[in-house]
This record gives sequence, structure tokens and C-alpha cells, in this order.
Amino acid sequence: MKKINPHKTNFIRKVEEISGQNIGLCYQCGTCSGSCPNFAEADILPRQLMRRAQLGMKEDVLQSKIAWVCASCLSCTANCPRGIDIAKVMEAVRLLSLRENIDYVNPRELSQETIAKLPQIAMISSFRKHTA
Amino acid sequence: MKLSYLPGCTLKTKAQDLDLSTVAAMGALGVELEELPRWNCCGTVFSFADDDLMHQIAPVRNLVRAQEQGGEQLVTVCSFCFNTLKRANLLVKENSDKLDTLNTFMDEEEDYKGNVNVVHLLEVLRDEVGWEQIAGKVQNPLKDLKVAAYYGCTLHRPIEAAIEPPNKPEALNDLIKAIGATPVDFPDMTTCCGSYQAVANPEIVINRTREILTSARESGAEMIAVSCPLCECNLKENQKELGELRMPVIYFTQLLALALGVDSHLHQCEQNPADARPLLESKGLIDACSATYI
Ligand code: SF4
Ligand code: SF4
Repeated sequence: MKKINPHKTNFIRKVEEISGQNIGLCYQCGTCSGSCPNFAEADILPRQLMRRAQLGMKEDVLQSKIAWVCASCLSCTANCPRGIDIAKVMEAVRLLSLRENIDYVNPRELSQETIAKLPQIAMISSFRKHTA
Repeated sequence: MKLSYLPGCTLKTKAQDLDLSTVAAMGALGVELEELPRWNCCGTVFSFADDDLMHQIAPVRNLVRAQEQGGEQLVTVCSFCFNTLKRANLLVKENSDKLDTLNTFMDEEEDYKGNVNVVHLLEVLRDEVGWEQIAGKVQNPLKDLKVAAYYGCTLHRPIEAAIEPPNKPEALNDLIKAIGATPVDFPDMTTCCGSYQAVANPEIVINRTREILTSARESGAEMIAVSCPLCECNLKENQKELGELRMPVIYFTQLLALALGVDSHLHQCEQNPADARPLLESKGLIDACSATYI
């Protein structure tokens, strides 16, 4: 059994500080999951990430894929009935890894074909979202 | 009318057709876009982190450039630049402490006073020129052309940076109508194309492209018009992976330029499954060219 801390742990405080969101507001309706175009590529849904974050389940949150397949499209944010900017929570989750220098993308490993094909806005935003 | 204009990095390299068709079309409408003399990359994405002021420097520096030029409005057509600049502008307008910090940090610049408005080209066409005026200047009406307006994410989200009420996207539809074509509503007008996941998770973008093209086709569209160079690339390039699911993709400014009888810079399009030229040719809207579907 995982230990669940009912109080705000440092992890919860950090997520809230970086995202500027009160994650306790989430009442688990699942609208964010239903709005997300990329949920099928992840292991847990946006709603499930919110729940795990509320409970301070740091390892589960940091190891889940959802924040990494998130494309910052803001559909979740636009539809959350509790007014939570979930895209900002996703950013906070990414940053908690990136700020430990754990990158998701290695620019050196990109193929010549990818570099030739994609516009600058693709590369720079990927590096901004996926590297420290 | 003269307006300050920031093309952005992608429009000077991979999306020159977007930049050149924009300037040509606006010229024909009597709007001179005055490129900022010394702009820099806006950073492409707005920083979502509350504790990260550093990444607001790049967009705000561009706002200082616009202020120096004396412009009240800064026009962009790249959807990414638009969203990033507009959100950074709103952030510093609403948080004077953050603006003070940035101004102090950029002490070699004049202080940004927060008086510039960031606008997307579609807003200029709607609010400064007007659909009727545009319709009146059309030389080459794009008759019998069914065009799906694909807005993507950044023109309508978040709500405070949207070009119009996000639940009712219509600016691009109105433009398509004004130039004589038929706008086609489809369910995925503002869904995401997968965006920068093109780099790390290209399969996401392939799946998104399949869904968007399928819904556009099932709604009767013959072509998709876009404003964002990343949407354009994602929707175009991935058609190579999608077999028979093909649909020409074009910048809305190229359609506008074509209708106004100025250079639409279609010759800069690479030949690929999403090349718009064969369709435009079959409708008699452009002269025969060598482009073919490959
Ligand atoms: S939409 Fe908002 S309230 Fe509903 S589950 Fe998602 S974060 Fe929670
Ligand atoms: S911002 Fe991210 S999590 Fe939210 S709907 Fe879009 S892809 Fe999904």
C-alpha cells in the first residue's frame, strides 16, 4: 500500500507554487480527460494525474506519461468547471523533472530528416517543454 | 494604414510563403505592414510557470521594439508568436511588479509602458479592413471551392488571449466567404494538431492529423486553410503516412492573395500530397503548373 499524506506535502506545495493553481479545487469530474486529444497515448488520464497530485503521490505523478504527451493545447484548461488551469499543472509536473536536469528530449539525437522537415516553432517549443 | 509587424523566425525560413503572401495581400488592401527593424524570437511558447519570469523577456523585448516604432498595435500572423506575445503582454499589463522587474533587468532598453496591443492578422482583416471591403476588392473570386477553416489551439485558447469568443470561431470562415469560397464547418476546427509533439512523439501528430483530415473530408471540405506554420507542417507532412487520406493544406493568406490578384507565393510550396495547386488548377483558379500529387 502506498502511504497517502492527507496534508500538503512539499511536493504538493511545489506543484501549486509553480502552476499557480489550487489543485485541491479539482472534484474529479473528468472533463479534462474527455477534452484531452492525447490521453490515449498516456498511462493515466489528466483527471487521474490531478487526483494523484492532490494526494501528494510524487513518484506516481513524476513517472506518469501524461504530462509528457501533453501538447499544451489548453482544451482541458478551457473546459474545467472548477477553473483550474490544468495545462499549468502539467507544466509544473514537467518542470519538477526538468529542474533536476532530467530531459525528455535530447536535441543531439534528432534525425537530420526531422530537423529538415520541422519548422523552428516545433523545435524551439519542444526544447522549451522537454529539456532543462 | 501602417501597422507594426512581427513576422517571426519561421516566417523568414520555412514559412516564407506565409510572410510574403501576407505582405502582398495586405498591400492590396491598403495596409502597409512595417516590419519591426530588430525583432527577436518570441520563445515560441508562453511560459506557464508562475515562478519563471525569465522566459517573458523575449516577448516583452519585442513589445519594446513596437513601442519604439510608435505603433499602438503589433500585428503577427504566426499563431504561435501571436499567442506568446499576447499572453506576455497581458501578464505584464496586469502585474506591474513583474513589469518593473523586467524593465529593470532590461536596463539597456527603454521601459516598456504596456501600451502596445498584440493583434492577429485575422483581427486586422475583421476590425480594420472589414469583410465587405475585402469582398469589394476581390479580383478572382474563389468560386466552387469548399474550404475548411482550421484554427488550431492558439487563436482561441486561453479565453483571455482569444481573437473572438472561443466557442464560436468564425473569423476565418468569414474571410473565406468574403473571398468567394465556401467555408465548411467541421468538428475539429479548434482541436490540437499535436503541436510540438512532432519532435518527441511523431505518432501523436499522425493520429491527430488522421482525425482532423477525416472530419474535414466527411464535412465536405476540399481544402484546409490554416494560419499556423506548425499546423501547416503537421497536417501536410503526415499525409505521407496516411495513404489515400489526402487534403490540400494552404495558408489563408495565400487564398486571400490569390483572390485579390496578387502574388500568392504558391510556387514556394513543395510538391507533396497536400499541395494545393492541382486542386486550384482544376477549378481554373490558377494557371496550369507542373505540380502533381505524388
Ligand atoms: S476538469 Fe477540472 S475539476 Fe474536472 S477532473 Fe479535470 S481538473 Fe478536476
Ligand atoms: S493541455 Fe495537455 S493535458 Fe490538457 S487537454 Fe491539451 S494535451 Fe491534454
